Formats: sequence, C-alpha cells, structure tokens
Amino acid sequence: MSYYTAQDHFVLVPAIMLALFGCAVFLFDFLIFPSPKQRKYLLFFLVLGLVFAGAGLWQQQSFLMSHGIPEITAFRGTLTVDSFALFFNWIFLAASFIVAIVSYRYLETENEHHGEYYGLILLANCGMFFLATGTDLITLFVGLELMALCFYIMVGFLRGDKRSNEAALKYLLLGAFSSGFLVYGFSVMYGLSGSTRLREVAISLATRGLWDPLVFLALATTAVGLLFKVSAVPFHMWAPDAYEGAPTPITAYLSVASKAASFAFLVRIFLGPLAASREIWEPLLSAVALATLTVGNLAALSQTNVKRLLAYSSISHAGFILLGLIAGNVTGITGVAVYMLVYTFMNLGAFIVLVALRRKNIIGDDMDDISGLMRKSPAHAVLMLIFLCSLAGIPPTAGFLGKYYIFLALVETQHYVLAVAAAVYTAVAVYYYFRIVRSMFVSETTDKLPVASSFGLRLALGVTGVMTLLIGIYPEPFLRLAQSTTSLVR
Amino acid sequence: MDGHLLSWVLFTPLIGMAVLLLIPAERKNLIRLWANIAALAGFLVSLPLVFRFDKDASGFQFVEKADWIPALGVKYMIGIDGISLLLVMLTTVIGCIAILSSWNAIQDRVKEYYAMFLLQQTGIIGVFVSLDFFLFFVFWEVVLVPMYFIIGVWGGPRKLYAAIKFFIYTLAGGALMLLGILTLYFEHFKQFGYYTFEISELMKLNLSPVMEQWVFWAFFIGFAIKVPMFPFHTWLPDAHVEAPTAGSVVLASVLLKMGTYGFIRFSLPLLPKASVNAAIVQVLVALSLIGIIYGALVSLMQQDWKKLVAYSSVSHLGFCTLGIFALNPNGLAGSVIQQINHGISTGMLFLVVGIAYERRHTRDFKEFGGLGHVMPVYAIVAAIAMLSSAGLPLLNGFIGEFTILQGAFEANRAWAAIAVTGIIFGAAYLLWMYQRTMLGQITNPKNLRLPDLSFRELATFLPLIAWAIWIGVYPQPHFAVLEKPVAQIVERVRPDYFQKPVQQAEAPRAAEVAR
Repeated sequence: MSYYTAQDHFVLVPAIMLALFGCAVFLFDFLIFPSPKQRKYLLFFLVLGLVFAGAGLWQQQSFLMSHGIPEITAFRGTLTVDSFALFFNWIFLAASFIVAIVSYRYLETENEHHGEYYGLILLANCGMFFLATGTDLITLFVGLELMALCFYIMVGFLRGDKRSNEAALKYLLLGAFSSGFLVYGFSVMYGLSGSTRLREVAISLATRGLWDPLVFLALATTAVGLLFKVSAVPFHMWAPDAYEGAPTPITAYLSVASKAASFAFLVRIFLGPLAASREIWEPLLSAVALATLTVGNLAALSQTNVKRLLAYSSISHAGFILLGLIAGNVTGITGVAVYMLVYTFMNLGAFIVLVALRRKNIIGDDMDDISGLMRKSPAHAVLMLIFLCSLAGIPPTAGFLGKYYIFLALVETQHYVLAVAAAVYTAVAVYYYFRIVRSMFVSETTDKLPVASSFGLRLALGVTGVMTLLIGIYPEPFLRLAQSTTSLVR
Repeated sequence: MDGHLLSWVLFTPLIGMAVLLLIPAERKNLIRLWANIAALAGFLVSLPLVFRFDKDASGFQFVEKADWIPALGVKYMIGIDGISLLLVMLTTVIGCIAILSSWNAIQDRVKEYYAMFLLQQTGIIGVFVSLDFFLFFVFWEVVLVPMYFIIGVWGGPRKLYAAIKFFIYTLAGGALMLLGILTLYFEHFKQFGYYTFEISELMKLNLSPVMEQWVFWAFFIGFAIKVPMFPFHTWLPDAHVEAPTAGSVVLASVLLKMGTYGFIRFSLPLLPKASVNAAIVQVLVALSLIGIIYGALVSLMQQDWKKLVAYSSVSHLGFCTLGIFALNPNGLAGSVIQQINHGISTGMLFLVVGIAYERRHTRDFKEFGGLGHVMPVYAIVAAIAMLSSAGLPLLNGFIGEFTILQGAFEANRAWAAIAVTGIIFGAAYLLWMYQRTMLGQITNPKNLRLPDLSFRELATFLPLIAWAIWIGVYPQPHFAVLEKPVAQIVERVRPDYFQKPVQQAEAPRAAEVAR
C-alpha cells in the first residue's frame, strides 16, 4: 500500500503550490530581495503562487467535469475535491489576489511594509484550502489553525498602532478559546466513532439516536467553535474590534475569505457528521441566525466608523448565510454558495474603497472621511454606491441574488417566520448602508487630499465592481457553478 | 426597431443617460439640453405604441420574450395591454414635463440630477411593461435609488429624513412582496414541475384559499405602501414636500401608480380567490374610504401649499383603490382613468406650487394671495389644474371619479355615499387653496412684482391641459383601450359576473317562446 499516490498528489497540488510559494516569499524576503524597493517582486511571487494554485484547481475542475464524477478523494478519505470544495477555493484565490494587490500601497502608507505579509496571505490561503477540501477532523482542524495563526499575525501587523495590537490580542485569545471548544467537540466525536473521517463519524453518530447526551455534547461544543469562526451571535464579540483594528486589507480578507472558509467548514460539519441531529440543531441555529441578524443590523445603525459599521454588517450577512444552511435543501446550499460568492466581491469592494481613503495622516475609516467623496472622486463614490446597494440587496446588483436564494430556500422549506424576519432586516440594513451613501453624496468633504490610487487599487476596484454588476445582470454561469455544489445535500 | 418597439421605449432613457454621462459636468446647459432631448425622444419613441395598439385584441401586445437567467427560469418578457399603455404614455409625457420644468430649478450637480431622472424613467416604464415577475421586481427596486437621490440631494430642508423614509418604507414593502412572489414561484414548481416567473404561467396556479390570502397580504404590503393606502401613507407627505418640484411631479404622477398597477396586474388576476374574499375586500375598501376622507380632511387643515397637494394625493388614490376593489368593470376602468387623471392634475398642481416657490421661496399660504392680479396666465393655468383635480365636468377628474362611483354604487351603495363626501371635501380644500393664493387683494408687497409664466413654464402645462380636456370632453378612446383588459380581469376574478345579465336576458325570451 503506497502512502502517496498520484491521485493524492493531484488533489494536493494547489495546497503544495500555496505553501511552497508562501515559504519562498519568507525566504526571499531576507535572502534575495532584502531592500524595501524589491518588495514588488514578493508581490509578484505571491501572484505567481496563486496562478499555480489556480492551475491546479483548474485541472481538478476539468477532471471532474470531463469524467462526470462527483468527487476525487485522496489520502484514504482525508481530502475530498468536489464541486463544493472547488467553488470555495476559487473564492479564496480571488480574495487573496485582490487583497494582496491593494495591500502594497496601504502598507507603504502605514510604514509597515514587510515581506512576510505576502507569505502569510499565501499560507492563510493554504489553510483555507484544507478547510474547504478536508473531510477528516484532524485535517480540518490543522487547516483551521493554519489559517487562524496567519490571521492573528496579520491582524496585528501594524505594530505601532494600539488598535491593531488590541485587535490581534482579542482575536488571539478568543480564537484560541473557541478552538478549544471545537477540538473538544472533535474529540468527543472521535471517542464515539473511533474514526476521524467525517463519513464514518456521520455513520456512527447517526446510529446513536437523536437524544444521546454524548452526541449532544459533541454537537454543542463543535457548534460553539464553528459559530465563533463565522462570528455569529453570541460569539461575535471579537469581530467588531478585530475588524476595526486590523489593517483594512486584512479586515477585508478576514471578513471575506476567512468567513467563506469557515462557512465551508461549518456546512461540511453540519451536513456531514451532524446531519443526523438536524432536529436538534435546526432550532438552535435558527435562534442563532435571528440573533445574529438582530445584533448585526441594530448595532450597525449607530456606528460612526465605517469600518466598524461594515464589521457589524458582515455579522448580519453571516446571519443570512446561516439561514441558507437552516433551510438546508438544494436551494439553501446553492444560496450559501451564491451568497458567499457575491459577498466576496461586494464586501471586498467596499473595503477597498476604504483602503483608498487611507492617506498620509488620514486614517480614512471614519464617516467624516468618506463624506463628500462624490465631489472629490466620483468614480470611487459611484463604485461604493454599487457595493453598498449590493450589500443592501437591491437589484440589479449581485447582492440581490444572494438574498433571493436565501428567501426562496426559506419559503420552500416553509420557514415563513424566519423569511419575514430576514425581509424586515433587509429594510433596516438600507438605513445604515445609505447613511454612508448620504455622507458620500450629500455632505461636504472634510479634507482636500485626493484619494490614494495605484495600479493595484484600480485593478481591484475594477474587478470587484465589474463582478458585482456582472453577477447581478448576467448571473447564469455563476449560478450554474453554484448549483453544482449541492452534492452535499442528501 | 420594429419588433423591439417596446424595448426601445424602455431603454431610450437609459441610453440617454449613458450619453449624458459622457458630457463634462461643467457644460450645464448642454447637459440640460441633452436631457430634454433624451426625454422627448423617450416620448416620441413611445408614440407609435398608441397608433399601433389594437384595442380589439385581447391579451398583451408588443410582446418580447427572451431568456435572461435560465437557471432560475427568469425571462426578459415585456408587453402591454390597455392599462399599461395608458400608464406608459403617462410616464413618458410626465418625464418630458418634469425634466423640462427643472431647467432653472436645479443649479447644483446638474449632471447627476438628469442622470438619475433618466435612469428613473427606465425603471418606471420597466415596472409597467414587465410580464415576468422577477423582471418586474428588479425594476420596482431600481426606481428607488434614483428617487432617493432626487429627494435626498436636491430636496428641501428635511430632505435626508424624507428620502430615507421613502426608501425604507418601499423597500420593506418590496421585501415582503418578494416573499409572496417566491411563494407563487415555488408553488408553480410544485404543481407543474418547472420554475417560472411568467405572469401568464403563474395564473394557471391553483392555490389553497389560505395560501392565497397570505400571498395577498404580502403583495398588499408592497403595493399599499407604494400607493399609499391609509395606515402606510406617512412617508408620502414628507417625500412630496421635501422633493424638488420635478421630483414631486414624478412621484405623484407616476410612482404612486406602481402600487395601484400592482393591485390590478398582479393581486387580482393571480389571487382571484383572495381578491373576492369578503373580509379582504371589506378591509381594502374601508382603508380606501378612510384614505379618501382622511386625506381630504388633512388637506383642509394645511398651511403649506405643497403639503395640501401631497395629502390630496392620499385622498385621490383612495378613489383608485376603491375602484379596484369594487371588482366590476366600471370600478376598474374608472380606477385606471383616475390614475391617469391624478397624474395629470396633481402633476399640474405640483408644477403650480413649484413655480410660486421658485419665485418666492416659500409655500406658506399666508405669504400669498391675489397672485391672479400680477400673474394672470399663471392664475388661469392654476384654475384649470385645480378644477381638474376637483372633478369639474368637462375636465378629466370628473370622468374618473364618476366612473369609480358608478362602480362603487353597483358594488355597495354605502361605499359610494361615503366616497361622495370625499369629493365634496375635495372641492372645498381645492377652492379654498385657490382663493387663498390667487384671488383677493395682494396683501404681501413681495408679490407685487412677480413675473408671469415664461414660455418654458407654460410649455410644461400645455400638454397636460390638452390631455385633461381630451379626457374630460371625449374620454371614449381611453375607455376603449381599457375595455378588453378590464373585462379579462373581472372575468378572472368573478367568473360569474358576465353570465348573469345574459341569463336574465334569455329568461324573457324563453317565456315568449312558451307563450
């Protein structure tokens, strides 16, 4: 029996590329390109790493499609590449790329430009690969920790900034605490089933009956850990502080890629090992989702810092995505995938506008900093308007499709109360998103400094803006792709 | 362009907006000129609809159908019947007039203003021509954003409050309506095995009465907020008063009709069982009657000229919804005619207020009086607007209200009796309004030297006056295009309605034969 087959390698290629290039960036940083001016080569290596990883994913995607098989497994069921994993991996790569190209200028402005930043992005992405692809408790946990460790460092990357340090510390302490819960839950699962493979865990948990206290223990502790990662209420406390303090590109990365990875993980666990206890977790998750929507939306109403406002808004979006899982049918899981896809572009876009507002001596994330943007830079203001409309779910932007799927899934599964609550909260959300719009279009500007601009920023804004509109106006190919992810639903 | 006439009507304003965005912002007059050309082009493109419309054909005309999102069963499907024809024409006419009326009123951010206006035109026309529920909903929401900006950027002192209130009210209604739409969509999948948003397909559904009622209430919230019906009307005075003149004109003349149109196009035909449910009809009629009386009474008390006109809309729209839920041909046809009338007369009234406001920067009745002495043409125009709104015979308002009352009388005499009081109050506040502004002696020296209407200002009124007199004197063409669609809706909601008279007519003949 061989330990490393060709199939294993085929599945692992993207992760190998990400890890290899990540480590290479670390080494090159002080061996080959030590001067600050050479950091653009590191960025180049990062992009190269993403391209190679993308090529690996592309091969897997075409292999699945040409052979018409649902999945490729590797390492005896430790990793599974299916449409679901591929879909999320594409999201991670897109997010990493966009975040990396906008970071260059931002870090220069912050005077904290260090080469390891790009290595950390690649390694975090590698962790996300295992979160989306892993079908084994240990693999998933290692992937999660790899991603989280990179994020702890990146959140505190502004070493001279008190807010950044505070954010990193809070995130680290609470994150470690929640990982403890998670790994405890995993250990109970292992104890009950004698295996770490999700499939086998699922089978043995299903045979133990619905009301087995040990199953419930595993469910509760795992759920706490997972809900922390997606910043669902009441485990959301870290998010506003971490989001506000982190460097803005990392806030974007955290709110998009880390959240997408955590949701991929969460969906795999809840529709895998915990699928049999659906009757128990469905009401629990419903309560969590409602609380998440409530807290996220209501707290966002009174924020004066745009970054913090978007942090609360991203909490409320987590509530929406959870609703898709609660519905749990094909539409619901498609909804989770579609929502995650559109959320990636619209939320990244909104944060990138904030990145562009960070200039020398202007932090740029306060409501006053964005005011009068229409007069100063109409292009940024209009793009921000598109992103905010999309976040608010107004057609024909992409955000509407995410909401559409979630609503449809709830209607199909007759969760009418949840559907009405979600509908009401979309109206609440308009209030705070349009406070930003009001500030941009009606108020006068407070500073004369033009917004920051670089090739990376323009490219990133272009990509996110185009995708936000394109998915809204011509969603067909994206929906087909998302609909293929539903093999998880049984 | 022959096969795609309706698409051209729909997208001409959008094309106009795209070109407008290319003009540099400093060249304000060029932007104004282009916006007027684009709006006029929008109207001219829509004119062939009138001439080519076949009033004897049943069903939809100028239909275009293409796949948009096959994964969801969403189609780009548009078409019009008599009801949409009138509303589309109203939209293109009012669009031209509103844009023409803004020439001097808007001095700041001219480019954005006209861009928003043209975008909004496409959105509104889209609502009236969509035959696919998804497409309809997209246009329904698209309209909100430009209107938010028109109120919020170019509005009065409390513009931000008014703008966001308008936005949130309509969006909340829209979100609940979306749930109703999705319920129908999913039920269709359950019954027929495929997903579609096409209205004609959804009409084949057979729903349980309870489900129909729930969906009806979901639609109701969306449409009633837009109309607005009585308890949901509070956004309207704020939005109307704070919006710039052209914004108020479009808001009152066209935007509110999206709600009544929704009831006629979607609620009645898609949910016939709920629509004839006695409890539901009673609630809706009660709310309409309350709206009629309440709107009129509140108008009577206003000191602010524009607020008076705003509240009069609540009252007039009450007639429209009353007509709809009389559920007979007279009521429905009268309702549509009254929607057009309200668009014409309230549009004119807002223009009248706007002209006084541009000259004096106040709308308080105490500041005015005797304007007829210095501005005779203006006073005549205002008189026509006021009388058409009050429902004087030979002007448009009379025809609509009369037909609605006929329909209401046929359904329930008490409804007609209560609604008539609304007309009396209406005459009272409108005449009093006219008296306080135009008649009497000039009490305020500031009013002594006001210039009369310029040619441009007069030009904004003339088409509306002409239309008002046309409907007042010879309404037949309007009723003719409505006859078929209205009969279809009544047939759909009350299948026995047209059979009864036939049976009665046959009975004596049978008796003759027997003799």
